[in-house]
Amino acid sequence: MELAPLLQYLISGLTNGAIYALIALGFVIIYHATTIINFAQGEMVMLGALCAISIYHLYPSLPLAFLGGVVLVTVVGIVFERLALRPVKDPSPITLIIITVGGAVFIKGVAMLLWGKEAYNLPSFSGDAPFHMGTATILPQNLWVLGLTAVVLLGMEAFFRFTLVGKAMRACAYNPRAARLVGISLSRMVQLSFALSAALGAGAGILIAPLTLGVYDMGTMLGLKGFCAAILGGLGSSFGGVLGGLILGVAESLATGLISSGYRDAVAFFILLLVLFIRPQGLFKGDS
Amino acid sequence: MLILELNGISVAFGGLQALDGVSFAVSPGTVQAVIGPNGAGKTTLFNLITGFLAPQSGKVVFQGDEIQGRPPHQVARLGIARTFQLVQLFDHMTLLENVMVGRHRLSKAGLLAGALRLPWTKHEEQSIRERALEELAFVGLSDRADQPAAALPLGLKRLLEIARALAAEPQLLLLDEPASGLDAVETERLQEMILALRERGLTILLVEHDMGLTMEVADRIAVLNYGQLIATGTPREVQRNPEVIAAYLGTDWQT
Amino acid sequence: MNSRKLLNPWTLFGAAVLLAAGVLDNDYYLTLINFIGIHTLLVVGLNLLMGYGGQISLGHAAFFGLGSYTSAILTATYGINPWLALIAGLVVCGVTAFLIGVPALKLRGYYLAMATLGFGIIIYIVFTEAQTWTGGPSGLAGIPNLSVFGFKLDTPKRLYLLIWPVLGVILAISANLVDSRTGRALRALHEGENAAQSLGVDTSRLKLLIFIWSALYASLAGSFYAHTLNFIAPASFGFMFSIKLVTMVVLGGMASIWGSLLGAAVLTVLPEMLTVFHDYEVIIFGAILMVVMIFLPRGLVRGIMDLWAFRRYKKEGKIIA
Ligand SMILES: Nc1ncnc2c1ncn2[C@@H]1O[C@H](COP(=O)(O)OP(=O)(O)OP(=O)(O)O)[C@@H](O)[C@H]1O
Ligand SMILES: [Mg+2]
Repeated sequence: MELAPLLQYLISGLTNGAIYALIALGFVIIYHATTIINFAQGEMVMLGALCAISIYHLYPSLPLAFLGGVVLVTVVGIVFERLALRPVKDPSPITLIIITVGGAVFIKGVAMLLWGKEAYNLPSFSGDAPFHMGTATILPQNLWVLGLTAVVLLGMEAFFRFTLVGKAMRACAYNPRAARLVGISLSRMVQLSFALSAALGAGAGILIAPLTLGVYDMGTMLGLKGFCAAILGGLGSSFGGVLGGLILGVAESLATGLISSGYRDAVAFFILLLVLFIRPQGLFKGDS
Repeated sequence: MLILELNGISVAFGGLQALDGVSFAVSPGTVQAVIGPNGAGKTTLFNLITGFLAPQSGKVVFQGDEIQGRPPHQVARLGIARTFQLVQLFDHMTLLENVMVGRHRLSKAGLLAGALRLPWTKHEEQSIRERALEELAFVGLSDRADQPAAALPLGLKRLLEIARALAAEPQLLLLDEPASGLDAVETERLQEMILALRERGLTILLVEHDMGLTMEVADRIAVLNYGQLIATGTPREVQRNPEVIAAYLGTDWQT
Repeated sequence: MNSRKLLNPWTLFGAAVLLAAGVLDNDYYLTLINFIGIHTLLVVGLNLLMGYGGQISLGHAAFFGLGSYTSAILTATYGINPWLALIAGLVVCGVTAFLIGVPALKLRGYYLAMATLGFGIIIYIVFTEAQTWTGGPSGLAGIPNLSVFGFKLDTPKRLYLLIWPVLGVILAISANLVDSRTGRALRALHEGENAAQSLGVDTSRLKLLIFIWSALYASLAGSFYAHTLNFIAPASFGFMFSIKLVTMVVLGGMASIWGSLLGAAVLTVLPEMLTVFHDYEVIIFGAILMVVMIFLPRGLVRGIMDLWAFRRYKKEGKIIA
């Protein structure tokens, strides 16, 4: 195997991996606050991409589209928690799974109605003139994805580590009293976690849209891969989730190049099954 | 001959030593109480005996077999049945069905035999049903046999859970705070039931905070405190033990 | 079935099946009814696993597909007798369920859901990608008809006369199962795994058994499906179909045999009859899943029955206690 394509796979793998990491972080945040796995997380990614694209079509400003997309989807996340999860009387896993799966399917259906089945383009954040690194090509958007992801992840880490609310959120699932100690009710905390993870998902969708186009059914796969990344990282550690995302992205990209592109998605799920079956606690020991 | 022997049992949860070198033995046909303040490790002890926990060290010997570390269903099949501190019934099944599940270890119709309703399974079902009805009658719940378990008030739920455990015809029965949530009349009935079961030859391990009841029914008492066994003996001996009194000082233990 | 009354659901079911056989002559309706039968088969199996046993599967379409493709490939490509192919399908599904089930059923709740989902997607990708065997995305045609004693089941009516009596038997078997020692253990597992174990129920083994059992129903349904359509393509076995099956279970009622028939019938007929439903199918499924689980987590039939029974007993309870 030559070095050049390898490098190319690595670049696209890392880019996808960064996106998975953002989605994974969304899973981890909600899991921390509620011990729920939100199967609708992937749809927030799709909504982010499509909302930003629509806003851009109305008023072609990328920063506005980005912000608008994130804000809209955050609202969707909050509404979803309020309407579909808070009223649940019997919060057993099987009930919550079916409800969030139902939510995912519902959101996807609505998106299909609003945007139809075609794929939409969002312009790259700073043009499409590629850099060359040896024989490998890097698009500016690759750098945007990696850079912004890094900034967001650092921001989240700081939030959880240094702010009172962030610290309380991390402890929330295990110790609801921690939430009350900082003067925030548990239900507020849960709401905040859904808002944050919807925002993260939306951001991920908008970042990736210029590379993959935005289409109503893009969320399911991305969501599942984000979950896969979260599991790889041990579901509970945000750092693990990020590493899980990057590993998954690179593994997938290499496998695509080396084996066959048709089985690309199967690779992710094969890894998911392998991890679930052999090390359900994740590759690196999570902090739970 | 002893029916149950605990030998130097230790269990830790992270840094917390929930049981610390606990040893005692139970003779068949007796009621052995285990008491101690909240968090002393009583429920942990039950979980350990019934296979829900494995000890870090130590042995559990039941009728001559070492059973520590075996999965709960295997322990149950040896003839150890239990109730739970937080009642665990099958809420959407009827009272009768709840107790019929108790017969599981003593019957054998598998998935195929049941699905095809082979002739012999009918007899088995019949006897399962009859025995279950007997146990329901024993705890006084016959007239509600067809109601869903969820509809019972807490006191009766505890009785139902006992009936379900009894349906398994255990040699050893573990009761975890059976009187909590019972009113005075129900507690009285529970006391009679425990004594009646001992008459039948059953061995009972009882965790209970109601000292009146415990002193009435227990042949021997083991006292746990912070995971350590601080005393064993007859009710009278334990009541006089200065260490026990110290451990309970400030609690309403004498009531 | 200890009631000797003539008016029990089983005699009604039998009478309805016979009546329909006599009266119906419209191929369109008969085909639709056959699909209801096939879907019911799937939904009863899934209900045993999910509604009764409390173990979720988001990849049940995979077993349906494995049964279908085994039948299709063996008969269309290799000319093997369809009944032998059907049995081969059962073996393939049973073995696959065993291999997946051993590790997967150790997982609880969310993890099990994800594992079955991942499994379903992998199988779907294999159907699409293994073109030399499956014909790829465009599907596999030329699947022969089933025949019974040289009698070819090549019209909807004839297929009806196979599918519905078989379904009747499967329903009866399932009802027996639920009301047997194993069925009680299964429901106990759902409602309190620890309590079930404390009574001697080997819950891991039971989960595996019922997982395999429900995969066998799906395989049978898959074989019937292949021989009914004479053509199959991967699109019928994707994630959305797994979700559709879960929706049928939830709508008809978790832990309800007759509810399975109801759920399958409603969600098979409505998309056919109402074009509105067809256009908004995905949204409606999502809405059904959410609304039913929020307000009646045991499904419509059970939920309403429970509410009613609970009220009644509560009242009586006050008098007795
Ligand atoms: N699964 C567990 N994980 C961590 N700690 C546990 C676990 N189970 C019990 N503990 C701890 O072990 C100690 C003993 O608990 P246990 O439930 O055995 O007490 P107990 O004597 O039954 O108390 P009570 O009278 O309140 O029922 C407690 O400090 C409890 O918090
Ligand atoms: Mg206790």
